[in-house]
Amino acid sequence: MKLKLKLPNPGLQDRILSHDELERLEVEEAGDRPKWDNKAQYMLTCVGFCVGLGNVWRFPYLCQSHGGGAFMIPFLILLVFEGIPLLHLEFAIGQRLRKGSVGVWRTINPYMLGVGIASMCVSFLVSLYYNTIIAWVMWYFFNSFQEPLPWSQCPINANRTGLVSECERSSPVDYFWYRETLNTSAAIDETGGLQWWMILCLISAWGVLYVCCIRGIETTGKAVYVTSTLPYVVLTIFLIRGLTLKGSVDGIKFLFTPDVRLANPSTWLDAGAQVFYSFSLAFGGLISFSSYNSVHNNCEQDAVIISIINAFTSIYAATVIYSIIGFRATERFDDCLSGNILTLLNTFDLPEGNITQNNYQEVLYSLNSTNPDIISNLHLKTCDLNSFLSEGVEGTGLAFIVFTEAITKMPLSPLWSVLFFIMLFCLGLSSMFGNIEGVLVPLQDLKVFPKSWPKEVISGVTCLVCCLVGLIFVQGSGNYWLALFDSFAGSIPLLVIAFSEMIGVVYVYGIDRFNEDMIFMIGHKPNIFWQATWRVISPLIMLAIFIFYFSTIVTKEIFYIAWDPESENFPTLEKKPYPSWIYVIIFLLAGIPSLSVPGTAVFRAIREYCCKKHPSTQQALIARRTQRRSQISGDFFFYLSFLALVF
Amino acid sequence: MLAGVLLLIFLPPLVAKDLCKDSQDGFKVRLSIKTALGDDAYEWNESEMFLFRSTLAYAMRKQTKQDTYNITNILVCNDTQRVSFVFVVTSPGDPDQLIPKEQIEEAVRQNKHRINNAFLLSDMTLEFVGIPPTLAAPIIYDTEPWLIVFGVVIGAVAVGIVALLMSTVSKKRRAKEKAAGLSEEDEGIVKENGTALSGLGGKEGVYNQTFSNDNRFTEL
Repeated sequence: MKLKLKLPNPGLQDRILSHDELERLEVEEAGDRPKWDNKAQYMLTCVGFCVGLGNVWRFPYLCQSHGGGAFMIPFLILLVFEGIPLLHLEFAIGQRLRKGSVGVWRTINPYMLGVGIASMCVSFLVSLYYNTIIAWVMWYFFNSFQEPLPWSQCPINANRTGLVSECERSSPVDYFWYRETLNTSAAIDETGGLQWWMILCLISAWGVLYVCCIRGIETTGKAVYVTSTLPYVVLTIFLIRGLTLKGSVDGIKFLFTPDVRLANPSTWLDAGAQVFYSFSLAFGGLISFSSYNSVHNNCEQDAVIISIINAFTSIYAATVIYSIIGFRATERFDDCLSGNILTLLNTFDLPEGNITQNNYQEVLYSLNSTNPDIISNLHLKTCDLNSFLSEGVEGTGLAFIVFTEAITKMPLSPLWSVLFFIMLFCLGLSSMFGNIEGVLVPLQDLKVFPKSWPKEVISGVTCLVCCLVGLIFVQGSGNYWLALFDSFAGSIPLLVIAFSEMIGVVYVYGIDRFNEDMIFMIGHKPNIFWQATWRVISPLIMLAIFIFYFSTIVTKEIFYIAWDPESENFPTLEKKPYPSWIYVIIFLLAGIPSLSVPGTAVFRAIREYCCKKHPSTQQALIARRTQRRSQISGDFFFYLSFLALVF
Repeated sequence: MLAGVLLLIFLPPLVAKDLCKDSQDGFKVRLSIKTALGDDAYEWNESEMFLFRSTLAYAMRKQTKQDTYNITNILVCNDTQRVSFVFVVTSPGDPDQLIPKEQIEEAVRQNKHRINNAFLLSDMTLEFVGIPPTLAAPIIYDTEPWLIVFGVVIGAVAVGIVALLMSTVSKKRRAKEKAAGLSEEDEGIVKENGTALSGLGGKEGVYNQTFSNDNRFTEL
């Protein structure tokens, strides 16, 4: 079945470089666009952008909670039908049109400028909170250079009579994370003030990012040699260390034991969402990176290779993480059992060694039959290895609570802590390169900054503005704000953008023209797999995921989980509803990027209509063409003020 | 007569045991030797009990600063296989009077470290039920270690930024000079109408040795 649907797109030929012009540009190297020093830099940058913190702390959780090994099936299927085609599309369109995200969409059709602006907004919002996570990682890194690690024991209270009560009721790792790192307030309304140590870490995070991005890909291209390769080295070290620890194999077995749940739609939806977000699609960064390539670069091969590397990294990281989680669960189980055994020995004054892990059940049973009342008064804890293993944690909880606890139980803990946080830092930083690229290049294309400003100043100003706005996340309630941004700014808008990208390239740019471009660039027409996925399959999958997400958010009441020492079931996190004014913020976060896709088109149409009313002479036409350059930045500011009026 | 003598002999230990068993001033002690030492665990026997009683007597001596305490003042009972027992301390002056709980607690607290070391145990494995272990003093740093690492990182970042900005500035300056130098050369060639000198690439010319007047050597 051939879908020959093509939307009218006048003037496309004038806006793009023809194949001959491209060839000439390539041969003479006449363009002023930056270039990669070598192919390795490009591949490492893309791998670094795609492989991020989500591979380490989201995928293992999803894998384990959706039936272990069986989760691989929907994950790999959706990788092939959703991830790879979208990735190939972004690479190809960037390489062909040789512009950043805003430039590409404006070239395809001026009415599609909104897609580029949405990408820029999403990249900006995500950069803000992502770098805060890197700041947290740096804080833990700074604190890893001491023995014993500060999160291994509770601090003593002021009058030296005992341990701090908040720490005693929860655990040293929880206390260190919630109190000494975040100093979190009990609710999102309570700001709690700025935490000075976090401000220092935020400044250092943005400082390191600035050094690496100061001249665009000239500097990031050198930085990725370290930031993209170091995580693999550290993961391997942790795997070897983990496999020598007791209980690690139990963890890996638990992770991969298949529990087939293919009939459950939420498994497929979570797999689809994970594939989509893990590829960092729709941020605009990948289009930018690909536009610095030579025109005849084989983007098809690149897309497949990067997808395979991304999938492999997810699975590898999951194995490593679960080997360490298995070790921690076994330690907890042993501690729990030893505690019970000690209680029994002490109560009945039995000699040591009478009750071991092996005969614990029989001894307990016999004691229970002879003295049931004493046993019931002891309140022995139930120790179950599986329940410890399935304390499924994801996100910051995994990295900063579960994993740090496991590290304190290993010998030479500071070393493992330093390695772990360097790995997280590199993973996060390499993703930030892509995010910042997705912000800087559109700003340059929209001519927001004057042309005379050098690149260093532009990146400096952008980093400074982001750092200042990011101060939201270092106040007492910052953790809750971050979770809010993560759930709403980094989810729905991306789905909208990705869907629009596919429709834009296939139906507005035209799949025929795109196929011809592919023949020019890589020498052969993309085969039936690409045609089918680009035209039908991938857009449908995107639409399905979007509808699911949107309906979930709109219908369910949204909660956030808070650390409240005064709540009844402390130390369990408490579910609190958002205050009503948060819904406005949610709408702004998810709404502005998503609505700018149709919004810009509408806005443009209105302006065209207004201008058409006044017939123009030849001079006015010429004047308008030269004015167009400055108008584009004028567009941007008009658009912002329009939005301000509406909202 | 014989009965009276026997009673006299056995009375003190019986009385002593009563003192120990019924008293409120006794402490229960629990040792977990196997947990602490594993394969190197020693066996708990009369000699070890003797050592325990003598360390307690030592602790009482240190605390009261009286050299009158002796091993006979430490009475032990309720010995179990767990290796737990109850002990009381009698006053050296009057064997029927017991030292109050608070004093014994104070003595044990102050010397716990020495008592632990005598038995190669720790606060966790040698428990005095009712006497919580004293907490270790928190380590106070002059400068927090994290600030030091932060300083190093920020310093490196600052050096990096300055170096990169300097290199950009110097690159621009060199490019500007090169552009200025090229434009001057162009003008020079035009002015001299394409004479041979213009090809020399400099204004100095070539030093021709034939016509030099070398006065470095001595003149005749």
